Amino acid sequence: MTDSSRASTLLRDSSGDPTMTQASTTETPAAIRADVRDLKFWYGKFQALNGVTMPIHDRKVTAIIGPSGCGKSTLLRCFNRIHDLYPGVRYEGQINLAPENINLVEKGIDPILVRLLVGMVFQKPNPFPKSIYENVAAGLYVRGIRNKTEVEGRVEEALRQAALWNEVKDRLTKPAFELSGGQQQRLCIARALAPKPKLLLLDEPTSALDPIATAKIEELMDSLVKDVTILIVTHNLAQAARISKFTAFMHMGNLVEFGETEQLFTNPTVTQTQDYVTGRFG
Amino acid sequence: MAGGFSERRIVATAKVQDLTFAVLGVIVLFFAMAMLATLVADLLIDGLGRINAQFLTDFPSRRPEEAGILSAWVGTSLVMFVTALLAIPLGIGAGLYLEEYAAKNWLSDLIEINVSNLAGVPSIIYGLLALGFFVYGLGLGQTVLVGGMVLALLILPIVVVATREAVRAVPSGLRESAYGLGCNRWQVVWSYVLPSARPGILTGAIVGLSRAIGETAPIITIGALTFIAFLPPSPIQAAPPFLNFDWLNSPFTVMPIQMFNWTSRPQAGFHVNAAATGVLLLGMTLIMNGFAIYLRYHLRKGQRS
Repeated sequence: MTDSSRASTLLRDSSGDPTMTQASTTETPAAIRADVRDLKFWYGKFQALNGVTMPIHDRKVTAIIGPSGCGKSTLLRCFNRIHDLYPGVRYEGQINLAPENINLVEKGIDPILVRLLVGMVFQKPNPFPKSIYENVAAGLYVRGIRNKTEVEGRVEEALRQAALWNEVKDRLTKPAFELSGGQQQRLCIARALAPKPKLLLLDEPTSALDPIATAKIEELMDSLVKDVTILIVTHNLAQAARISKFTAFMHMGNLVEFGETEQLFTNPTVTQTQDYVTGRFG
Repeated sequence: MAGGFSERRIVATAKVQDLTFAVLGVIVLFFAMAMLATLVADLLIDGLGRINAQFLTDFPSRRPEEAGILSAWVGTSLVMFVTALLAIPLGIGAGLYLEEYAAKNWLSDLIEINVSNLAGVPSIIYGLLALGFFVYGLGLGQTVLVGGMVLALLILPIVVVATREAVRAVPSGLRESAYGLGCNRWQVVWSYVLPSARPGILTGAIVGLSRAIGETAPIITIGALTFIAFLPPSPIQAAPPFLNFDWLNSPFTVMPIQMFNWTSRPQAGFHVNAAATGVLLLGMTLIMNGFAIYLRYHLRKGQRS
C-alpha cells in the first residue's frame, strides 16, 4: 500500500466514523451514539410509546428497565425497525444515529439500511439451522462480504469478542443446535457483532439462560463495551445495576427517569422509580 | 373419609370414560383397516400373479394373456413428470407469495378461502375446463402436455396450501433474527424460510402427486385414448440437440384408464389384468408416500424439532 492510499484510507475511516478516531477514544463522556427525541409508537390504534427522549452514550451500556408491558422491548425494537415486519405500526419522532445523523424511524429510511447499521440479539437464542461458522458469517454474506480470508478472519474475531472462540474453534462446521443454550446466545451475539454494528441491541438476552450462562454473558458485555455501544432491555434489576452505565426506567409507555445507573438506583429523583427499584411494585 | 371416597369415585369415572373411548377408537380403527386390508388383499390375490416382465413390456392386446401396460405406465410416468414440473414450482411460488409477500387484507383472505375451496372441487370439473380450454380453446389436442396440465391444476391447491402451512410454521424468531441481520425479503425467504419449510412443502407436493397418479376422471374427460399400441417419441435422441419435446404432443393413456378399460371388458382375463394394474398403481402410490415420509425424517434431522 502506498503512503497516499493509506492516508486516504485513514481519512475515509475517520470521516466515515469520527467517534472511532484516536482523538475520541480518550474519555469524552459527551459522545452520543444515538439520540432519541420525542419518540412515539403505535400498534394499530394503541399507542405504546408516549414521546420518549433519551441519549444513548457511545461505547457504554444503557439498560432499559420497567415492569412487564411498559414498552421497554417496544422501544428497543424501534432501533432496528423489527416492528416493520408486522402490519399496522406507526412511528413518530426521531432516533438519530451518529455519525451521519440518520433518523432510524423516518419513513424514507429503508428498514434494511437500519438493520445493516444496528445489530440485535433476541430473548430466546435463535441460531439459524446451519453450522456455527455459517451462523456468524451470515451477516457478512448479507453485506456482500464473500472473500474467504476476510470472512474467516471476521468470524474468528466475532467469536473471540463473544468469548466463544475457544469453545467452538474445533467444531465450526458442526450444527449450531449442538451448542448449549448459553453458547447459542453467545453465538447470536457473535453473529450480530461480525458485521461491526454501530449499535448492539439486546432484548432480555439472559432471561432464557441459567445463572452461569448469564454471568458469562454479563462478563462479555463488560469487555465488549470497549468497542461497541450496547442497549439492553432487562427485567432483572440486579443485572441492570451490575452491567449498565446508564439506565432508563419506563412505565406505561413513558420514560419515567433516565440517568446514570448508580444515581438511578441509589438516589432516584422520581418516587415511581424509587418504588420500582426498591421492589415496591412491578 | 367422605371426601376421599368421592375423589376415588371421580378417578373411577374418569377411568371408565377413558376406557370407553379407547375401545370405541379401536373398533372404528379396526373396521377402517379391515376394509382397506380386504380391498388390497383382493387386488393382490387377483392381480399379483399376473405381474411379470411380459405384462410390463407389452402393449394392450385383444387377447388378455398377451396384453400389457407398457403404454400405460410410460404414459403415467410422462404425465406425472409434466404435472410435477408445473404444479410444484407454481404451487410453491404462489404459497410463498401469499404468505411472505402479499399484504394481509380482504383480498388475500378471499384468495386463501378460494384456494382451499379449489382443493375440494370435483376432479371432473377440472377435466371439463381442460377439455374446453386446453384441448379446444388452445387447440392442444389430447396430449401428454394437456394431461399433465390438467393434473397440475388439480393438485395446485394442495401444493399451495401445504406450502402456506409449512411457511407459517416457521418460527417467527428465525424470521426476526434473519431480518434483524439486515437480510432483504428474498434473502430471508430463500436462505431461511424455505429451508425450514422444505420438509412440509415436499410432503405436500408428494401427497398431491400421489393423488394425481390415481386420477381418472379428468383424463377421460379430455379424451385420452384407452387403446394405445405405441410409445410417445423418446425425450432423448442421438442427434443434437439431444432433447426432444415431441413426446409432449403425443397421445397417451395412463394406468387408471387402462384399468378402467379392462374392468369393462367381459372376459375374466382382462379383470385379472385390471387387478394387476391396480396392484402396480397402489405400489407406486405407496412408494411415493414412503418417499415423502423418508424426506420428512431426513430433512428434519438438521432442524430444531
